[in-house]
Amino acid sequence: MTARPFRPARGPRVGPVAEGRRSLLIATVSTIVVFGGIVIVVTNAPGWPAFQQAFLNGPIFWDSLPKVVGKFWTNVRLFLIAEVLILVFGLVLAVLRSLPGPVFFPVRLLATLYVDLFRALPGVLVIFMLGLGIPALRLQGVPTDEFFWAVVVLTLLYSAYVSEVYRAGIESVHPSQEAAARSLGLSRWQGLRYVVLPQAIRRVIPPLLNDFIGLQKDTVLVSFIGVVEIFRETQILQAAKFNFTPYLATALVFLVVTIPLARFTDYLLAREKNRRVSGVRVAAPSMQRGGQAAP
Amino acid sequence: MTAAALSIEGLHKSFGQLEVLRGIDLEVAEHEVIALIGASGSGKSTLLRCINLIEPIDAGRILIEGEEITAKGVNVDRIRRRVGIVFQSFNLFPHMRVIDNVTLGPRKALRQPGRQADEAAMVLLERFGLAEKAQDYPDRLSGGQQQRVAIVRALAMQPDLLLLDEVTSALDPELVAEVLNVVRELAAGGMTMLIATHEMAFARDIASRVCFLDAGRILEQGPPAQIFAEPREARTRQFLNRIIEAGRLQV
Repeated sequence: MTARPFRPARGPRVGPVAEGRRSLLIATVSTIVVFGGIVIVVTNAPGWPAFQQAFLNGPIFWDSLPKVVGKFWTNVRLFLIAEVLILVFGLVLAVLRSLPGPVFFPVRLLATLYVDLFRALPGVLVIFMLGLGIPALRLQGVPTDEFFWAVVVLTLLYSAYVSEVYRAGIESVHPSQEAAARSLGLSRWQGLRYVVLPQAIRRVIPPLLNDFIGLQKDTVLVSFIGVVEIFRETQILQAAKFNFTPYLATALVFLVVTIPLARFTDYLLAREKNRRVSGVRVAAPSMQRGGQAAP
Repeated sequence: MTAAALSIEGLHKSFGQLEVLRGIDLEVAEHEVIALIGASGSGKSTLLRCINLIEPIDAGRILIEGEEITAKGVNVDRIRRRVGIVFQSFNLFPHMRVIDNVTLGPRKALRQPGRQADEAAMVLLERFGLAEKAQDYPDRLSGGQQQRVAIVRALAMQPDLLLLDEVTSALDPELVAEVLNVVRELAAGGMTMLIATHEMAFARDIASRVCFLDAGRILEQGPPAQIFAEPREARTRQFLNRIIEAGRLQV
């Protein structure tokens, strides 16, 4: 008897393709209904004309956009310089906190205190206290430049968070990996450098990027200590024109920069998850490629 | 008189309240292959980990070729370069290719130049049928291949003494033979080895001496023929009978 070809029980019309088209249609209609509804409610609000004038002014928007973009380079520079320093300093803190043994207790204690302190305080507060306080001391040889202090303060703040991300990564590497490295005669530092950290850092890249999305946005906080960056410029424009549209321009600038980074982070996370799942599959006995018997 | 390859005197080791090793005395000559057998928890693994200085000991001494490695102020890393260990769970470095797994020790701990280390590693991989896997990452290898790489990684350090900690326990039955064959070849080549194992037939074939561990002591030791055929101690007989009942040893 010949085997009959497999037939879907629900009939030929409801294949995966038809199913996909139906979901797409439903999604489209429901999106139009929801967003159309919001637009109708908002544009019919009693304050809509005044709101349009104050926040959605076309000429002011086009006038302020190049100006805020120009100042945005200050944020970009802040971000890039601080990011490199944070990656290094955060790693140093994490490694210090991971040092074993009673000898390193004071080192661990100091690193822990640092991380606790800077995570406990509101960022704005730290920016005010350090950014205005230290230059006011007029210490010999200490710069008073606002940009310099902005970088310092962002680095101090974010290193505390980033060190915790690193530390989670270090602790996620199984102790047997360090044991294997040490059993080869590698020193503790070599084991960390060649075996533990490469694995740890690979695992924490997505959460690190997440923190950097936060940092990108928090660069506006240093406007409080006098750095004329995008947010300060926006306030200046708003005050000059007595109109809030420049804020819209600034918001758009951040969206354009931050959303791709957020999407990229999600993509990396999804890839990492896939890799883990397939990694498990490779390790499972049933999927192993049988090793040939040694002679 | 030359010093023994390894000698252990009155070794004690506790984990908290639990005393795992209660006075181990053992002398191992060069080229000897010692099989450590005994129930799980009898202290086999702990003994090996103490010899590799992974676990600090509480009392006693361990000497390698007459040098006391458990003395204060001994450079732990230098000792570990002379004593290779292979773990039950392979513990290969997943972020490194096979060749880099093998050369990490020679390059970083022995400070060999990269090319020299690579060439030596390829010779070893070739010898154990792994040359074509040199550029693969460990997760592309079968368990048996991974364990063979782990053995090659330990051998690349040219150790005086090799410790094997239940190296086939995490493997599927059909992959056990390829790993045991590697160990057989090493024994034939004169490598001094301490092998903790549950593979009794293998221990009988390969060991020059079998030590039965029970509750942290070497209860009985002797040539395999004697231990497996006519054990003196009741506990040894009991243990071997259980193994035979489980079908793991033909008599």
